[in-house]
Amino acid sequence: MLADKDRIFTNLYGYHDWRLDGALKRGAWDGTKALIERGHDAIIEEMKKSGLRGRGGAGFPTGLKWSFMPKEVKDRPHYLIVNADESEPGTCKDRDIMRHDPHLLVEGCLIAGFAMRASAGYIYVRGEFYNEAQNLMAAIREAYDAGLLGKNACGSGWDFDLYVHRGAGAYICGEETALLESLEGKKGMPRLKPPFPAGSGLYGCPSTVNNVESIAVAPTILRRGAPWFAGIGRPNNTGTKLFCVSGHVNKPCNVEEEMGIPLRELIDRHCGGVRGGWDNLLAVIPGGASVPLLPKSICDTVLMDFDSLRDQKSGLGTAAVIVMDKSTDVVKAIARLSQFYKHESCGQCTPCREGTGWMWRVMERMVTGNARLDEIDALEDVTRQVEGHTICALGDAAAWPIQGLIRHFRPEMERRIRARTEKLAAE
Amino acid sequence: MSMITADPKDVPQIAHFAFTPENLAKAQALMANYPSGRQASAVIGVLDLAQRQQGWLPRVAMNEVARLLDMAPIRVYEIATFYTMFQLRPRGKYLLQVCTTTPCWLRGSDAIMKACEHAADGETFSVQEVECLGGCVNAPVVQINDDFYEDLDEASLNKVLDAFRRGETPKPGPQVDRQTSAPEGGPTTLRSE
Repeated sequence: MLADKDRIFTNLYGYHDWRLDGALKRGAWDGTKALIERGHDAIIEEMKKSGLRGRGGAGFPTGLKWSFMPKEVKDRPHYLIVNADESEPGTCKDRDIMRHDPHLLVEGCLIAGFAMRASAGYIYVRGEFYNEAQNLMAAIREAYDAGLLGKNACGSGWDFDLYVHRGAGAYICGEETALLESLEGKKGMPRLKPPFPAGSGLYGCPSTVNNVESIAVAPTILRRGAPWFAGIGRPNNTGTKLFCVSGHVNKPCNVEEEMGIPLRELIDRHCGGVRGGWDNLLAVIPGGASVPLLPKSICDTVLMDFDSLRDQKSGLGTAAVIVMDKSTDVVKAIARLSQFYKHESCGQCTPCREGTGWMWRVMERMVTGNARLDEIDALEDVTRQVEGHTICALGDAAAWPIQGLIRHFRPEMERRIRARTEKLAAE
Repeated sequence: MSMITADPKDVPQIAHFAFTPENLAKAQALMANYPSGRQASAVIGVLDLAQRQQGWLPRVAMNEVARLLDMAPIRVYEIATFYTMFQLRPRGKYLLQVCTTTPCWLRGSDAIMKACEHAADGETFSVQEVECLGGCVNAPVVQINDDFYEDLDEASLNKVLDAFRRGETPKPGPQVDRQTSAPEGGPTTLRSE
């Protein structure tokens, strides 16, 4: 288990003062000026060495992403954009950072902004997080008043302005280019890439979009050094991670743990175990709604990191663990996710616009077994036609949970179809 | 994709909308967050101000937002119909946004939805089924205006609704004995600062 001394989010649950005074006591804003004086490239190098992979779901190396920004500022300003549109079902970790440890995020914005030569940053907070945005804005005001942001931030010689931008309810705005569109005052419809945001992002300027957690851990990584962070977890899957465990556990909670912690240990140690005991487990969605579920047999031994879960044809995603015990109607649980994706499709690409609705309708029939056996293959085939054929990953995200269901629970789907057919024949 | 365009018969005719001086100042402060010429970036925030002032978004309010931000009105209507938090018809004093996505559903959101539908009279309470609110370890969650009410069951939900009916504002957050997202019964980590 991760030792408390290695935890970054020491006010995760809000037992302590989230304001500047409290944050200073917990070590935030400690020597920020000296961190900045290391220089743009040294910071990026240190982040690369830490092995930090993006905490928003895709797991792209954060330092590498920062390095894609142009090495000098020319006619267009650079922007740091923080994705706080946290909407992936199961995920509620960035909420805790914003409401309970906002200064870690604010300090991280200054450091990341400096590293990528940005003089301004926008934090895009999902509209529903009204109170969280208020805390974050209060923390930013405190930082300005203390000279930590603005002109000559922290006495570093670097000017940096930071703004909170509230959304208004749209899952798709968590996709980085949809977020940029939304930030420009448009509908949140993803852009074709290339150009990538580092070349042409917000207002056509070089921009980098990072998840809240990725930015908030940066100051601690720099203070304690890349080897410290890289020494936690497993190779290529380093550091600490906020896990959100929801569903059928005795004590659902958020917790910061070591990357690569066994799923079973995570649930037993921090969440009071599966409701009714481990043997009552049916399946787990390990990384937020978009990743395929895993049956109990895999959950018995799987490790919670990017590579271990990828090897099981699933993913770490946002590390949002949704637990389902044996009382769960697993087909219905996945059908509800299909409904989610249908609701959240922006409608721009036909495979997603039409496919999400089609998949949802068929999934609803699968719940009651009102289908033919060969429709399971048809459903699988449609998921393959949606996957990879849309501008953004929402199409993929709609396809994967269904593929996971068919992979692991096909016999249950067939059982329902047969049962209904037999019942109708008997009547 | 959210299609929430209101039927004209459900929408009262509002002839005029103007921001209060206080809200106008807030709108201008929002616009100042963006580079010059990029004031359209403030559209979500300014629409939100209009909705807070009026309780919902009549067309005249959207037109006023368009004028203020120098946008074509249709560009503002596009925003108001794309994002689910904008209300294009009047609603009750308290909007019950019930999350029914899988993590909340696994913990009993069906019963919560039913109870909220039962309470919705259109005056004190309106109800809306919403997708994941991002409070999953405190499921099931209902957002009431700006606050999240968490770890609900039918009984605790009804207590919350009764308090609103009496004109009180019940304490948001978990409705069981629990500190925010920590496990019930106390944290397993960070037991000393």
